Amino acid sequence: MNLQHLLWRMGFGPRTKSWENWSALPAASWWPKLRDESLAAPQHFDVVDGVVKGLLMGVGELGKMERRDLDKDQKRQLRKQSREDLQNLNLLWLEEMTHSKAQLREKMALFWHGHFASRNINILYQQQLLTVVREHALGNFADLLRGVSKSAAMISFLNNQQNKKQHPNENFAREVMELFTLGRGNYTETDVKEAARAFTGWNHRLDGEFVFRLRDHDAGSKTVLGKTGNFKGDDILDILLEKRETARFIARKLYKFLVNETIVPEERIVWLGDRFFESGYKIMRLLEDIARSDWFYAAENVGSKIKSPIELWVGMRRAIPMELADPESQLVLQKALGQILFYPPNVAGWPGGRNWIDSSSLMLRLRIPQLLYTNQDLDVRGKTDDDQQMGEAAKGQMRRLSAIMDWQPAMDLFAETPDNELIKKMADFVWAVPTKNLPLEVLQKNTDRSSRAALLQTSMVQLMATPEYQLC
Amino acid sequence: MIRRDFLKTGSLATASLLMPKFLKSIEAPGMLPVKGRSLVVIQFSGGNDGLNTIIPTRNDVYYRERPRLGIKRETALALTDEVGIHPTLGGLKNLWDDGSMAVLNSVGYPNPDRSHFRSMDIWHSASPADVFWQTGWLGRFLDAQCAGRPTAALEFDDTLSLVLKGDKAKGLALQDAKRLYESTRSPFFAEYSNAKGKVIDEEAPVDYLYKTMAETLSSANYLFEQSRKKSSTATYPATGLGKDLKTIASLIMADTDTSVYYVSLGSFDTHINQEAQQKRLFQELNDALSAFATDLKSNGKWNEVLVATFSEFGRRVSQNASGGTDHGTANNMMFLGGALRQKGLLNAMPNLMDLDQGDLKFQLDFRQVYATLLENWLGADAQKVLKVEFKPLDFI
Repeated sequence: MNLQHLLWRMGFGPRTKSWENWSALPAASWWPKLRDESLAAPQHFDVVDGVVKGLLMGVGELGKMERRDLDKDQKRQLRKQSREDLQNLNLLWLEEMTHSKAQLREKMALFWHGHFASRNINILYQQQLLTVVREHALGNFADLLRGVSKSAAMISFLNNQQNKKQHPNENFAREVMELFTLGRGNYTETDVKEAARAFTGWNHRLDGEFVFRLRDHDAGSKTVLGKTGNFKGDDILDILLEKRETARFIARKLYKFLVNETIVPEERIVWLGDRFFESGYKIMRLLEDIARSDWFYAAENVGSKIKSPIELWVGMRRAIPMELADPESQLVLQKALGQILFYPPNVAGWPGGRNWIDSSSLMLRLRIPQLLYTNQDLDVRGKTDDDQQMGEAAKGQMRRLSAIMDWQPAMDLFAETPDNELIKKMADFVWAVPTKNLPLEVLQKNTDRSSRAALLQTSMVQLMATPEYQLC
Repeated sequence: MIRRDFLKTGSLATASLLMPKFLKSIEAPGMLPVKGRSLVVIQFSGGNDGLNTIIPTRNDVYYRERPRLGIKRETALALTDEVGIHPTLGGLKNLWDDGSMAVLNSVGYPNPDRSHFRSMDIWHSASPADVFWQTGWLGRFLDAQCAGRPTAALEFDDTLSLVLKGDKAKGLALQDAKRLYESTRSPFFAEYSNAKGKVIDEEAPVDYLYKTMAETLSSANYLFEQSRKKSSTATYPATGLGKDLKTIASLIMADTDTSVYYVSLGSFDTHINQEAQQKRLFQELNDALSAFATDLKSNGKWNEVLVATFSEFGRRVSQNASGGTDHGTANNMMFLGGALRQKGLLNAMPNLMDLDQGDLKFQLDFRQVYATLLENWLGADAQKVLKVEFKPLDFI
């Protein structure tokens, strides 16, 4: 068993400060400790500005229930403030991932954030969706699916407001089957068409509350996946959850996220999926089955995953506590590395794996530790996003990756390690991959040996500036 | 020749020790891109208003729907008796006059999406509108015939767009050759990469990272050398596009092993105050492209280059109330180069009497245009790249 592996896969990597406590524990108690630290209900985020709340919630009283009731200036104000608040929500969640004890919950929230991908520039709806995801991240998948499906963020992203009796819009019905539950090949086009009719009338108010509009609903008989009845949307979700394929689909996707992106033994997926199904979709049960299996720690799985940009960055911050002079530089980093929270590429989420890596993203990944350590400009800018900026803004300004780094935890952790063993000992801690056969002497040669502090700091920086550190 | 240059790596020599193994794939049989030809794609980000680019100057519907924004017949630069080009694009009109320009109208796809991001995704991946692909059409072109040639496609930006990501091969993003070179010059990277090279395991995930790292170091060096070899001496405007096209011209003149150059210009998302914004962007386009064409012509390379422009969608036919236009659907594409087989207007101007809820109906699937570029210019198997068969057009 390998503690780094567990902490990287089921969380965002070890904190330097608590590493000694963790590694002193018997291996059998690692998983229970990690699990139990996530059991408390999450504190919900609220970054939505009063102006936005006033526009979206207050107007309800004036009888303005839909977006089209807002005038042009109000819409512009809403867009601008939403954009700012969404950045704050992004940064706040990053802080939570970095500092929260509930590592498993936040890691799973990130998984569901990609699974239930929604691009929506309305901050209130995004925040509501994140609340649903964080609340049910370790709970019951059926509750999670229902909550997400009825969120304003998803209803509007998948055009269900336009899904009306007279003019059905199949987008929502299709994605629910293809991406959220069954997966391709387990339903027909007719199932999509019929299910779309059942979802007619599902809508939301301006303040994000779900509403069922009876006048838009097609109350006729539908046949979906072999069942016939005057189904409503909830009935369709039930039918999808009654399918074993749904449990296997989720199990497979989670296996790829937590265990191995490329080597996915089918019998393992069937075993996990069926137990997940029989538990009535208890997410924690599925996680237990993975974390307690011997294969979770098999050599082919350890160090086999390319960290996502969020995993890489949060992991770095957990290894070296730091206070960023310009927290918004983290938004530029996300953009340049290809993963911005709340901006998945499309409804299918982030593809992951080798998709994270190209020349420019890899070189930036390798340069981040050095840029941080020497307080340099982050000399990259992301591409513009016209859905957000409406043609108004040019490329963002250059940001500086500047931080006050707290080296004390690392000093303490390696206090007893002599200089000539430092790089090896530290590699065992910093890297999730096995360190034998690696050219550590090259790393050592490039460290600054003018003082113990300099040696320690540059060793850590060098170790993080390697391809090995991109893996977990 | 080129391979030897590629391996002759100066200060990054150590990294290149890794290369021979990875370069083996170059020897693999299969179609190779046509040598000495390059495609320059200019992406108009934000949704360019095609109707105010190539203007139907005798169309009453156009002037009726755009009382304020419509460009008057006497202001537009006449291309034909019925069609004009935006008054800022005088340089392009000159290219039109000398037979170096062609225009395709009403290019689009079924069930158009009005989100910038999604529609650009569709244009990049060349997927049907209801499917999500994780690779781009030019990335799959790299997969199909540019394996082992990491400089086969270059994007002039900090980050790489989906369009240039293949399953295995990917394009290279750079702002300029010198900066890329400098940012990769740390002796540590090369030394470390080299030291690890001796124990590399082809199957390990880390191998992919080392391969990418080694290729980047080599490419950075190669491109830096190439950009200085026959550095363009012509005058280009001091704009982003001017700078990029000057670098591209220099690389082309040095016979760089690159088939695709990719640049973006924007934002064309002109919901408000369209006139000034489009004019400013077209000024940048016109001046940079004019300098580029002149430069390449005087160096005998204009016949080896094809410039293609596109945007994620066009804009609505009617102007809005803010001096702008909102998101539309089908749009025109422009093609520039000395080797066009057919010039001028290649198909009919959009029919403004037959609209779909105020939007142009597409007449030509953009993937058929891609098939043309792939088959007739890049010498690729378009069906393999696009995963669907389209008959190439014959203007190239």
